[in-house]
Amino acid sequence: MTDISAPSPSRPLIDRLGTIIFALAAAGIVSPFVLFRANRIVAGENKSLLEVLPGWPGYLVLGVLAAGALLALVRFDARLRLAISFAALALLAIGLGWAVQSVTPADDTISRTAPALGFWLQMLAFGLLAADSVVRLGLKPLWRVALLVAVGLAIAAILLSGIWSDLSVLREYANRADVFWREAATHIALALGSLVAAAVVGLPLGIGIHPTNRVRAVVTGLLSAVQTIPSIALFGLLIAPLAWLAAAVPAAAAIGIAGIGAAPALLALFLYSLMPVVSNTLAGLDAVPPAANEAARGMGMTDAERLLQVQLPLAFPSILAAIRIVLVQNIGLATVAALIGGGGFGVFVFQGVGQTAMDLVLLGAVPTVALAFASAVILDAVVELVSVKGRT
Amino acid sequence: MIEIENVSKVYDGTRVVDDVTMTVPDGALAVIVGTSGSGKTTLLRMINRLVELSSGRILIDGRDTSTIPAHKLRRQIGYAIQGHGLFPHRTVGQNIATVPNLLHWDAAKVSARVDELLDLFQLDPAEFRDRYPGQLSGGQQQRVGVARALAASPKLLLMDEPFGALDPIIRARAQEDLRQIQRRLGTTIVLVTHDMNEAINLGDRIAVMDQAKLLQYDTPQEIVTRPATAFVGELLGSGERPFRLLSMQPVRAFIEPGAANGPALGEGASLHDALEEALWTGRDAVPVEDGTGKVLGRVTLATAIRQAARPQ
Repeated sequence: MTDISAPSPSRPLIDRLGTIIFALAAAGIVSPFVLFRANRIVAGENKSLLEVLPGWPGYLVLGVLAAGALLALVRFDARLRLAISFAALALLAIGLGWAVQSVTPADDTISRTAPALGFWLQMLAFGLLAADSVVRLGLKPLWRVALLVAVGLAIAAILLSGIWSDLSVLREYANRADVFWREAATHIALALGSLVAAAVVGLPLGIGIHPTNRVRAVVTGLLSAVQTIPSIALFGLLIAPLAWLAAAVPAAAAIGIAGIGAAPALLALFLYSLMPVVSNTLAGLDAVPPAANEAARGMGMTDAERLLQVQLPLAFPSILAAIRIVLVQNIGLATVAALIGGGGFGVFVFQGVGQTAMDLVLLGAVPTVALAFASAVILDAVVELVSVKGRT
Repeated sequence: MIEIENVSKVYDGTRVVDDVTMTVPDGALAVIVGTSGSGKTTLLRMINRLVELSSGRILIDGRDTSTIPAHKLRRQIGYAIQGHGLFPHRTVGQNIATVPNLLHWDAAKVSARVDELLDLFQLDPAEFRDRYPGQLSGGQQQRVGVARALAASPKLLLMDEPFGALDPIIRARAQEDLRQIQRRLGTTIVLVTHDMNEAINLGDRIAVMDQAKLLQYDTPQEIVTRPATAFVGELLGSGERPFRLLSMQPVRAFIEPGAANGPALGEGASLHDALEEALWTGRDAVPVEDGTGKVLGRVTLATAIRQAARPQ
């Protein structure tokens, strides 16, 4: 068998995805690198990399990034491609820091410098190269998590080094650091709390309705109906009943249930999470080989022993896949909770939209995306680890 | 001893097992044979109460099975099924240990038993104990399935088409292994199959079922020579009758003194083998030797032909 990834005389040496990466990176190089505004309100001024980094630093950064883009075109070892993509991403990050420092006047605190189209395009290009290399390397689950941790540490180091501290997003952060961490905690609590509640309710529900076809059809039908309600509509729908509950039952109000705020947000996220958990529990139980079930009964397992020793372990990868779907989905959806006073990163997004302050939107959006991405990588690794065992 | 007394099973007004009575003596291998839908599997599953009786009763060693909680009853009875039913998430060792663990044996005893059974089924414990079922061949999976059924040394073993998923060569070997293990352990076995050859090869007694009824329950010789109904005869296949009769008779019983030319037969062979060998090589007699290669005598073509005739 021939190795299809190896270059052969009859195949061009050019990598197909590489041409897209090259085009993106090239477009990024000729586009403005940063957007400078004298203060938060005035219209901005685009600046290219060479404008903000005159002399050798500009040429160095530009030269290395251009070389990286050209190398992406060529087909070669995935490990080397990964190294190139990380080097380019690191240089972009540091170059952004230099650029911002060089355009920010000394002792200035009111100007805002944000990354512009050129920066984002190159991030996208080299991020794509990194992701593609990781896929081609076929890394083991634990190595992917290790890579994620390494990238996280690198980002933390850049943030702590202060090289980005004049960046517009971080200036917005500096103004509301306390609020940021409080909303971060709320965001995670909303996403994880609804997930735990969905698992605690959905798992027994799935197990309970599994044997009876008619009950199954009714419950899954109801849950998928909930799934079709748009998130904002569901948040809105819950305001009236919960407000009534809070007014009618003082105890409910005492534990924080109200028409707006965290309670309806949590409830809505919980309802959205229930469907994936229940349906994957059912799918997992359905996939248990009938002969294994029959043998378990025939050897004298009680229903509880069969559930715990045979059915649940075999359904576990499928259930874990549901946990992954729900967590990533909820981290994204929790943003909308801010609309009804539920808190979370959505607070910054909607404030930013209200004030047409893109930097503030980014302060909410970037951590949300990072959180969802990290959860996906970690849970994918866990799903793969538990699935591989015994199924070779 | 298993006593099945006037047992019936009715599903939604349809009788799937109709008033069956039969007794399996200790240490016997009884085969229930029939076409699909004959009720043979339902009858088997009623013995360990995977299917509850509609009427009648089943006694095992004199005890009515309905007086024992179903899961406790099943832990005393081995159960092996078609497609082995091994747990894919557990290793071979853990699979075999299933019933001992349900019975809370201590770990050292369980692990010794697992190794003992792997040895018995010619699977090297060091090599196979920690493998997963998915890493075994079909024949190995089937052997592990039977080993698992025998783990807690049950006196009774129920088998539902245990060799159905195997190819013919491996199936013949698995049948031979089962026969040997049964002789060694003295386990009483009730086996369900749709294959009359398998029934005749394995069974001490054969129960023929059709349309929920037990048509005949007898030794293989009686079934072949005196089928109770036309259906039993049909199941046997009329063209095969003399050969089936020969395959039930060991050459050991028909050795006569004298020499013969050509390669010898083992003393475990049947007259069917002797006939085949004599016809194919154009010999009038074939020598028979024991396991050490010592010639015991010969068996003649004439003997084989005489023994193929229906007993009067």
